[in-house]
Amino acid sequence: MRTICTAALAATFWLVLAGAQAALTGACAIPDYLVTSEYQLKRVALAAEKRKSLRIAVVGTGSSILAGPDGPGSAYPARLEAALRKRLPGIEIKVVTLVRTRLTALDLARSMRRVVEDEKPDLVIWQTGTIDAIRRIDQEEFKIALDRGVERLQKAGTDVILMNMQYSPRTESMIAVGPYSDTMRVVAQQRSVPLFDRLGIMRYWSDHGAFDLYAAGRDNVLAHRVHDCIGRAIARLIVESGRLQQIESRAIK
Amino acid sequence: MHSPISPIVARPRDPTTPRDLRLDLFRGVALWLIFLDHIPSNLVSWITIRNYGFSDATEIFIFISGYTAAFVYGKVMVERGFVISSARILRRAWQIYVAHIFLFAIYLAEISYVARSFDNPLFAEEMNILDFLKQPDITIIQALLLKFKPVNMDVLPLYIILMMMFPPILWLLLRNATLALAVSAGVYAVALMFGMNLPAYPEGDWFFNPFAWQLLFVFGAWCALGGADRLTMVLSSRATLAIATAYLLVAFYIALSWHLPAVMSPRVTQWLEDVIYPIDKTNLDALRFAHFLALATVTVWFIPRTWPPLNSRWLHPAILCGQHSLEIFCLGVFLAFAGHFAMVEISGALWMQVLISVVGILTMIAAAALIAWYKRADERRAGGVSGGARQKPANADLAGGEA
Repeated sequence: MRTICTAALAATFWLVLAGAQAALTGACAIPDYLVTSEYQLKRVALAAEKRKSLRIAVVGTGSSILAGPDGPGSAYPARLEAALRKRLPGIEIKVVTLVRTRLTALDLARSMRRVVEDEKPDLVIWQTGTIDAIRRIDQEEFKIALDRGVERLQKAGTDVILMNMQYSPRTESMIAVGPYSDTMRVVAQQRSVPLFDRLGIMRYWSDHGAFDLYAAGRDNVLAHRVHDCIGRAIARLIVESGRLQQIESRAIK
Repeated sequence: MHSPISPIVARPRDPTTPRDLRLDLFRGVALWLIFLDHIPSNLVSWITIRNYGFSDATEIFIFISGYTAAFVYGKVMVERGFVISSARILRRAWQIYVAHIFLFAIYLAEISYVARSFDNPLFAEEMNILDFLKQPDITIIQALLLKFKPVNMDVLPLYIILMMMFPPILWLLLRNATLALAVSAGVYAVALMFGMNLPAYPEGDWFFNPFAWQLLFVFGAWCALGGADRLTMVLSSRATLAIATAYLLVAFYIALSWHLPAVMSPRVTQWLEDVIYPIDKTNLDALRFAHFLALATVTVWFIPRTWPPLNSRWLHPAILCGQHSLEIFCLGVFLAFAGHFAMVEISGALWMQVLISVVGILTMIAAAALIAWYKRADERRAGGVSGGARQKPANADLAGGEA
């Protein structure tokens, strides 16, 4: 009896593990239309080709970090760094995280000059919009703030990726993120910068059962896995928009 | 009509004229569409008109509310004078205020539930929405002052302000309708030029700028008080119909490009971005207003006042909802909350979205039927007790539906 139990337990365990493994490899799948790279990251291309190094700054708010002792290593900026190192060996990758919680796009836009001076990044990933949606900031003000922030970075010669909100089904009826993500898309188009559509990507994962984003409880594993996938998806956007596939294929050979 | 102010130019319809059922029909439909649009991630909301042009159900709701307010209270003002009619209008504003605060209580219940039950570390940032809960002293007072307005709770505060300022507008409309409309357009223009709006909490302005949206409300009132008759020439011309149809088609094409960018060349998209975007909802963008006018023009062309289906059984549910718009609107906001809650707790699958949408609309119809039954019972009793000696209760809200 005991052996049967142990065997059953082991089998179950194995199945769960295999399932988790399958989920890990398959979960991050994103269709092409959600990662578009029509706008080129020229400074990134130059830095990778000539200097063999890439300095990236993530400027954002609470959804760019994870709490807890293993938070910093599991949040998407660290996962992005790991993914890029893997994809682009021979290139020195550094991702710094400049996160301050509860800041609006306007607050973050104001800090952009300092970011450029202090960190001298080749690329700034600007994650914003959630606090603006919570506080119901006027669309016009939000747009001006985005525009100014991107302009400041572009004037300093820094490449920019705009990153919109998370898909959070439980708070959907309380936080209307739609208009804000529309505005971010418009600014990204007008300023010719890539938009990392975190909202669309996470919604895709949720709709296709990759992740249960409806989960209410304290589930660190889910958060870590989602952030890992986001980090990898940004790495893909950077490689494609920076036209770094050549470096990547050279590395594979 | 012997009246203390004897209107010369504008004259409300003869009280014996039956109420225009088209108003109730389209307001009822607008209430259904608002309900569908308020459920987040609801695929059924693809059928609502906001996806096919610039304007949405809000325009229909505000226009018809202005029309019926003038229709109901204009008669009272003509028959019983300024003071009585103003008192009735302000009582109506008070009812809407109470309804709004009731909805706010439901919102507080929902957000408190989320605060207690939701602890997913992935969404720590989204939980900042609960900051409002940490300062109930400020949040609740700001809500009572109509400055703090949660998502999807912006229409009733607009309606309250519009009703509060309606007595002088109605007075002017009855004396010189054209002048009143001109004043309204002037306020709209000045508000746009100088960025006039009411302040909101925690920051910014009202989502529906009352100084801009009053134009649609007053225009509706103007139409009710003879304006529509004066527009008959324009409305019955084929050229007008052609222009309106063309405008709707262009708007449809542009709206299509929001969802399928491939239908439009990038050059045209760029041009649209530079020239016409954003189509501002807060300040009732002129393009939205024009879109509503075009929609209304085409509608009245094909659906005359005496359209037989208006009296059919099939359209009765929508008409019923439109006749009790305040209650049904509030119910719709509540049902949207409840529907989203069911999607979160049970399933967000497509069948669930369809089920919630259908059950929601059926609930709205049932509630409207119940309210109508109460009102009929009350009226019958009032008539029975006084043995027919007393006239039908002169309550404007009950005279063939509410304002």
